[in-house]
Amino acid sequence: MSIPDLSVEQIDKRFADHVAVDRLSFAVERGSFFSILGPSGCGKTTLLRMIAGFTLPDSGDIRIGDRSMRAVAPNRRPVNMVFQHLALFPMMSVGDNVGFGLARRGVGKAERARRAAAMLERVGLAGAAHKRVDELSGGQRQRVAIARSLVLEPTLLLLDEPLGALDLKLREHMKIELKQLQAAFGTTFVYITHDQSEALVLSDHVAVMNHGRFEQIGTPQQLYYQPQTPFVAGFVGANNCIAGRALGVDAELVELVTPQGWTVRARRSGSIAVGEAVAAFVRPEVASIEREAAQLPPHMTCHAGEVQSLLFDGANSAVLIVEQQTRFEFRVALPQTGRLADLTPGARVFFGFDPQRAICFSASAGAAAPAGAGGGHA
Amino acid sequence: MPETAGPAIWQRRMMLAVLLTPALLWLFALIILPHIELALLSLRQRIAPHTYAASLTQYQTFFAEPLYWRVFVRTAILSALATALTLLVAFPVAWIIAKVARGRASSLLFVLCLIPFWVSETVRALGWLILLRESGVLPTLLVRLGITAVPVELLYHDATILIGLIYTSLLFMVVPLVSSLESLDNSLIEAAYNLGGTGASILRQIVVPHAAPGITSGCIVVFMLTLGNYLTPNLLGGKNSQWFTELIYTQFIVRFNWEQGAAFGFLLLGLSTAMVALGLRVSGQRFVDVMRRA
Repeated sequence: MSIPDLSVEQIDKRFADHVAVDRLSFAVERGSFFSILGPSGCGKTTLLRMIAGFTLPDSGDIRIGDRSMRAVAPNRRPVNMVFQHLALFPMMSVGDNVGFGLARRGVGKAERARRAAAMLERVGLAGAAHKRVDELSGGQRQRVAIARSLVLEPTLLLLDEPLGALDLKLREHMKIELKQLQAAFGTTFVYITHDQSEALVLSDHVAVMNHGRFEQIGTPQQLYYQPQTPFVAGFVGANNCIAGRALGVDAELVELVTPQGWTVRARRSGSIAVGEAVAAFVRPEVASIEREAAQLPPHMTCHAGEVQSLLFDGANSAVLIVEQQTRFEFRVALPQTGRLADLTPGARVFFGFDPQRAICFSASAGAAAPAGAGGGHA
Repeated sequence: MPETAGPAIWQRRMMLAVLLTPALLWLFALIILPHIELALLSLRQRIAPHTYAASLTQYQTFFAEPLYWRVFVRTAILSALATALTLLVAFPVAWIIAKVARGRASSLLFVLCLIPFWVSETVRALGWLILLRESGVLPTLLVRLGITAVPVELLYHDATILIGLIYTSLLFMVVPLVSSLESLDNSLIEAAYNLGGTGASILRQIVVPHAAPGITSGCIVVFMLTLGNYLTPNLLGGKNSQWFTELIYTQFIVRFNWEQGAAFGFLLLGLSTAMVALGLRVSGQRFVDVMRRA
C-alpha cells in the first residue's frame, strides 16, 4: 500500500476554554478528494490551518507524503490553500498572481510567464494573464485561486469553503468544475465545508466532524445510507428525527414510543436496552404517502395524518404531515410523477415507511461510541 | 411634483452654500488674499522711500546669494531625510497597532502616540533641551557611566534637529499608516506565506503596495510640516540650524524686508509643491486617492 498523501496522527488543539480538535487521526489517500464536513465551530477550520501550518497543534503530528510537518514553516510545506475569500492579490495582475509562488521559488521571469499562461489555459482562462483581478467574475476568480496553487504542483491542495461566497447557480456550476479539475490534475484535495451537498457531490471520502472529533469517515453513500451516529444521520441529508423511548428490542428492530405516545419501528444500530432514550431517523424519500390506507405497501405500518403544508421545490418537493393522534410533524417526499401534487393543507392522508430503511440509535450514541456500533446495518 | 421638487433642490443648495461659506471665507481671507498680496510684494523693488517698481530683484538675490539657496537646498534635503526616517520609525509602530496588538492594547498604543501632542510644541522642544544640553540629563548620565570624560553638547547638531522633527511628526505618519494597514486583509498575507513568500518578499510585494496610498499621504503631510517647521529646528539647532523658515522670519521681522521675505515664502511654496508632485509621480499615486486615506 502506498504512503498516504496526508496522515494526521493524534492531533490535539485546545484554546483557552474549549477543545477545537480532539485527538484526531486520519489519513487521506493519494489523488483522492477528501472532505471534512461539519457545522461552524466544529474545529474544521482549525484543523485545516494546522495542516497549512498557520496554527500549531498542541500535540500529535501531521505527515505530508512521508515527512513530518512538525518543524516545517507554512511557506515551506508542500501544501497550498484556496482561501475562503480566495485572497487573490489585488495589487497584481492575474498572471502575476499565478506566478507569485513560482517567483518565490526562483523561477525566471519568462519561464514564470509561460507556466502561468499554461496553467491559466488549463483552468479555462487562456489569455487572462494581463487582466486585473477585479475584472474577473466570481467563478473566474475561483479558478485563478486554484491555478495559483496548482501551478506549484503541491502534494496537497487545501480548500477552505471556497464556494461559500458564490450565489447558488454559480455554486452548483463550480461544484462540477472543481470535481473535473481535481480529476484532471490528480492532486489530492482536502476540502472543508458546512454544506453537505458540496461534500456529497464532490468527495471520494467525507469525514463528518463535530466537537473536534470525526463522527464518521466514509464514502458519501455510506454516510447517507449507513450513518453511524445520530449526529451524522441528522446532519447529512434531510431526515425526520423521532425521539422517544425503546419499548421493545429484538435482533433487528426497535419499537419506540414518543413522549406523545406515537409508536414506530426502526432498524437497530448498536446496542439498545429496553426503556433507553433513543432516536429514529427516517428519510423523507423512504416514506410513502397515499390517500387511502389500502394503497400503502403491505410491509409498512400505516399511520394516519393530515397535510399541514406542501413544500414545493421541484424534484425535492415534500409534504409536511402531522400524525393524527400525537400531532407529530413528519416530512414525506412527494412522488416525482406529480401524482399527489394536488394535495391541499388539511387533506387526510395515510403514510408509512419500511422499518428496515429507518435507523434507530441510542440517544447517547455519539463519537464516543465504539466503531462496532454500525454492526446493525449488515 | 415639479412644484415641490424645485424648492427642495433650491433649499438643499442654500443649505450647502450656508455650510460652505465659513470654509470658503477662511480660505479666501487667510490663504488666497495674503498670497495675492505676497505675490505682488515679492515682485517689486523699493527704488526710493515709498516708491516701488516691478522687478524680479528679490528672486535674483536668492540665486545670487549662496547662503540663501544653500539653506534652501539644505532644508529640502533634511526635510526629505526626516520624512524617510519618520516612515522607518512609524511603520513598525503602525504595524503593531494595526496587525499585532488586539482590542484594548491597540487603542492604548495609539493613545501613547497621541500623548506628546497634549503638550505644546514649545514645551516638547524644551523637554529635548533639558535632556540634551551640556549640563542636561543625558550628557551627565554619559559621564556617570564613564562613557565620556566630560559632558558633551548634544544640542545644535543636525542629528538633534532630525530627532526633534521625527518626534514631532511621528503621529502624522502613524495615523494614515494604521488606517491603510488595517484595511489589509490578513488572509492576503497568509496566502502569500502559503505560496512560499518570505517576510521580506511579502512586505515588498503585498504590504507596501497595499499601504502605498497611506505611505504617500503620511510622507506628504510630514514633509510639508517639516519643511515649514520653525520652532523645532530653531530651538534644537540653535544658530547652526540654518532652516529656511528662519530666513523668512528674519526678512519679515528683523530686517523689515517684506519684499525679500515674500519671495522666499513663494520659493518655499514652490519647493513643497514640486516635492509633493515628484513623490506622487515616483509612487504612481493620485493626489485625490492619497488625501482620501489621510
